[in-house]
Amino acid sequence: MKREVVVTGIGAITPLGIGATTLHERWAAGDCAISDGLAECEGFDPGDFLTAKEARRADRFTQLALAASDEAIATAGWAGEPPYPPEAVGCIFGTGIGGIATIEANHDKLAHDQPVAPLAVPLMMGNAGAAAIAMRHRAKGPVYSVLSACAAGAQAIGAAARAIESGEASAVITGGSEAAITPLARAAFAALDALSPRGISQPFDARRDGFVMGEGAGALVLEDGEHARDRGAGILARVRGYGASCDAYHLTAPDQDGRGQAAAIGNALRDAEVMPGEIDYVNAHGTSTPLNDRAETLAIKRAFGEAAMRVPVSSTKSAIGHLLGAAGAVEAIATILAARARVAPPTLGLEEPDPELDLDYVPREARTLAPAGGRHVIALSNSFGFGGHNAVLCLEAQ
Amino acid sequence: MPATTTPDQVEPVLTEALIGFGTPAEAINPDVTFEALDIDSLDLVELAQIVDERFGVELKTNDLKDIHTLGDLVATVVSRA
Repeated sequence: MKREVVVTGIGAITPLGIGATTLHERWAAGDCAISDGLAECEGFDPGDFLTAKEARRADRFTQLALAASDEAIATAGWAGEPPYPPEAVGCIFGTGIGGIATIEANHDKLAHDQPVAPLAVPLMMGNAGAAAIAMRHRAKGPVYSVLSACAAGAQAIGAAARAIESGEASAVITGGSEAAITPLARAAFAALDALSPRGISQPFDARRDGFVMGEGAGALVLEDGEHARDRGAGILARVRGYGASCDAYHLTAPDQDGRGQAAAIGNALRDAEVMPGEIDYVNAHGTSTPLNDRAETLAIKRAFGEAAMRVPVSSTKSAIGHLLGAAGAVEAIATILAARARVAPPTLGLEEPDPELDLDYVPREARTLAPAGGRHVIALSNSFGFGGHNAVLCLEAQ
Repeated sequence: MPATTTPDQVEPVLTEALIGFGTPAEAINPDVTFEALDIDSLDLVELAQIVDERFGVELKTNDLKDIHTLGDLVATVVSRA
């Protein structure tokens, strides 16, 4: 029998501010962090979390990952002495792109006949976040990065859950980070027509025209449920299930009938041993692109059947834009806190419904969740990435 | 590049680099070991790059293995410049 996986720690640095609670409270209150078509972590000062030397040794995506992981470790009650031998602790962290600011800065040096920095490779590599967290918190078990574009954060959490279920690790620090608001990344996404020309994130609205780039990091501490309970840990949620699939259809566009995404949702529900009608809330991928929001709506209908029309669905990206490889992790945290507060946070900016999109997208204002019999809220968090990567987490508040 | 390179020219450049790496200025002196200053192999490679740029002295990984203090590094640079 597979081991139970629980979430004991969470941390987030997002455009809405420092801290997981800030993310939840501000989103639920209807605050939007998008300004001038971008969602930056303006309040993040690496010096608040890292020494000058540590900050210099880390690209911004790693700095964000380290700051989020510190909060997650603290909420898990690990500050001081971790409750497991280092060999039993893993770190599996996602990113979509890695240290692209470092790549751009060093390419600039090369173009101007200046020497490239010896730190260029250790800062730009996609696994730098996972490696830095492992060094900081002495994780000597399985440590690696997951790079599956905008599904990376969720796939990292899924991989972390699997590592605990199989007994490969007793605890895993997991999540995702991204800091790709750089000239090259912005130009590249714009060249793909992926970004909103108006700079507005309004998922599921008839006027949606692309996503808004965001940055940030989300970190979670997952533990073997039995060990966590034995040590008297505060348990925030259970990872009930995880499902993944690939469209194997197109490098950037989702399969338009939502089959691949529906398969991932179905896999997560089966893994969780939960029926669609028992899901109280869906945190959508909801990018605000014309293609995603239509395909995702079809996917939810395909996977949920009749229950699709009853489940509240909302998009965190309406408040913080698209955090790419961090999105799945930050949104899993938002989902956990929403489930614990028994509230469906709103899809902001949804004012003109698209006639083709007819689910309950919780427009404008948060709504109370009231599962039958007063049981814990069970929710899904969807994440889909370029490359056709689909990852879905089933999370139950505790 | 001057005709002769003196310790007085080299030491301030390397001290400034170490401070830039995040080493507290008050901890730096010619005799304290790099290990005690938390200066590791990545920092040494960066120092070597600065030495090459500023003094035209190329230090390879093999040259760095016997350099344990700022004083060692200054002496090596001066002797090869």
